[in-house]
Order: sequence, then C-alpha cells, then structure tokens
Amino acid sequence: MGAIQHTVGDPASEERVLVQAAKAGDDGAFSELVRRYDRNVFRIAQHITQNREDAEDVVQDAFLKAYTNLQQFQGQSKFYTWLVRIAVNEALMKLRRRRPERFVSLDEDIKTEEDSVPREVADWSPNPEQMYNQAELKEILGKTIQGLPTGFRTVFVLRDVEGLSTEETAEALELSIPAVKSRLLRARLQLRERLSRYFSKRDGGEKTA
Amino acid sequence: MKCSDFLHELNNYLDGALDPRVKSELEDHLAWCHNCFVVCDTTKKTIQIFRDSEVYELPDDLRTKLHSAIMEKCQAKKKKAGPQSV
Repeated sequence: MGAIQHTVGDPASEERVLVQAAKAGDDGAFSELVRRYDRNVFRIAQHITQNREDAEDVVQDAFLKAYTNLQQFQGQSKFYTWLVRIAVNEALMKLRRRRPERFVSLDEDIKTEEDSVPREVADWSPNPEQMYNQAELKEILGKTIQGLPTGFRTVFVLRDVEGLSTEETAEALELSIPAVKSRLLRARLQLRERLSRYFSKRDGGEKTA
Repeated sequence: MKCSDFLHELNNYLDGALDPRVKSELEDHLAWCHNCFVVCDTTKKTIQIFRDSEVYELPDDLRTKLHSAIMEKCQAKKKKAGPQSV
C-alpha cells in the first residue's frame, strides 16, 4: 500500500481520506492520524488523570485501541470525537485503578459545597500574565483545575481547552446535552472563583462582594 | 433581568449562542450591575487563560518517543493478528 497523497484542503475531508487509508491497512496514514491528535490526547489525559506517567500510558493505549478497533469506526461521527471517547475512557480507567475509593463516574451528578454562586467579585487587575511568570501561571492553573471534580474538569477540557462543541462533548462522554451544559457552567464558575483568589485586585478595598 | 437570570444565560452568552433579544437584555443588565459584569469578564478571562497557557503540553522529545512506541505496538498487533485483520 503506497503512502497517501497529502493535499491541502478541507481538514475534515483530509481526515476522512486518512481514516479510509488506515482502515485499508496503510500504517503511514494511521501514523499521520497519531501526529495530528497526539497533543490533544495527551492534554485531555493529563487533565483527567492529573499524572504525567498515566497520561503517557493513556496516549499509547488510546491510539493502540483506536488502531485495533478501526474497522468498527463507521464514520457517523468525526474520527477525533471517536478517539476522544476512547481516550477519556482509558484515562478514567487509570483514575479508577489509582484511586478506587474516590472514583466517581462521569454521569454521576456531583453536588459540591462550593457551587455556582459567585462569591469573589473583585476584578482581575493587572492581568494575570503581568502578575506571574509563565511557570508560576502554569502551576496556579494546574493546581486550580486539579481541585475540580473529575466530571467538571473533563467537560471543561473538552469544551474550553480542546474546543469541541457541546454536541461532540456529549457524544464523547456519553452524557446528555443539558448535563454537559450544566457541568460546563459549574466548572467555569468554580475555576473562576478559585483563580480569583490569585488574580483579584487586593489593594484599597476593591472587593465589592 | 435579575442576577440569577444572568448567571443562567452566562454560558450561552460566552459561547455566542444567545438570541439577539436575550443578548441585549443581558448587556443592559451588565451595564449597571458591576458584580455581574466582573463575573462575566473574569469567567471569560478564565477560559482564555486556560486556552492560552498550554498547561499540559507534550514536549517534542516525549512526543517522538510516544509516537515510536505507538507505531511499534500497532505493528506487533498487526503481526499477531495476521495480514488481513488489524
């Protein structure tokens, strides 16, 4: 099987061509699909597992599973959405193995004490990028998202970091659309609340809560 | 519009999914309610900062290592399964 021709054009149709070729046994095409999405899968895996080694395993396991089950991919959804679904399941399995006592499934409706009512209503000023260097900022963001329930941070990373639509997120996580919307709102508000502790104006009694 | 209504519509507003009438009501509310304005603005910044800051990027050397490992495992799987069944 010869290497497929890479044409510049519509990414969705390019993806279809790659998937077809990979299904027909072209490993070069599958390798290209890995290159296309490995960064995304790694990000998603690390957001869910919060562990670098686990995320590396998830990337390998998810692509191997995709390769093995490629014939079952029917093309009703995008390949990427299908891949994300595999990766999320692999990441959740890792989490379940590592912390079985604290594992919650994604469709469990999570009640948290700290919920959606905003408490911190001071503006962020100056910009966080001016207050912290890149490494400090990454540490703050990592710590902040780590504290979020699994279901919330998974929805947040798919919707807001990876840019999947609500429908694609619902499909990848096997959740209803209202469940995705409600988790996303709570995730965004809780992250905002937590980040405000670092980024809010502290001088001169600016807090208006 | 009350503050609780604003919160209910916040996601749709940030995602640009509001119909023009509700959007304009929401923007009227934001014009006079400072707390909701701050919540809206800082939620927008929250999303943006996570999107921009590349918290969990895959370093190039690790990426190369993972890619080789994946393709090796795929080859091994193919060999084991036989030529026609991946």
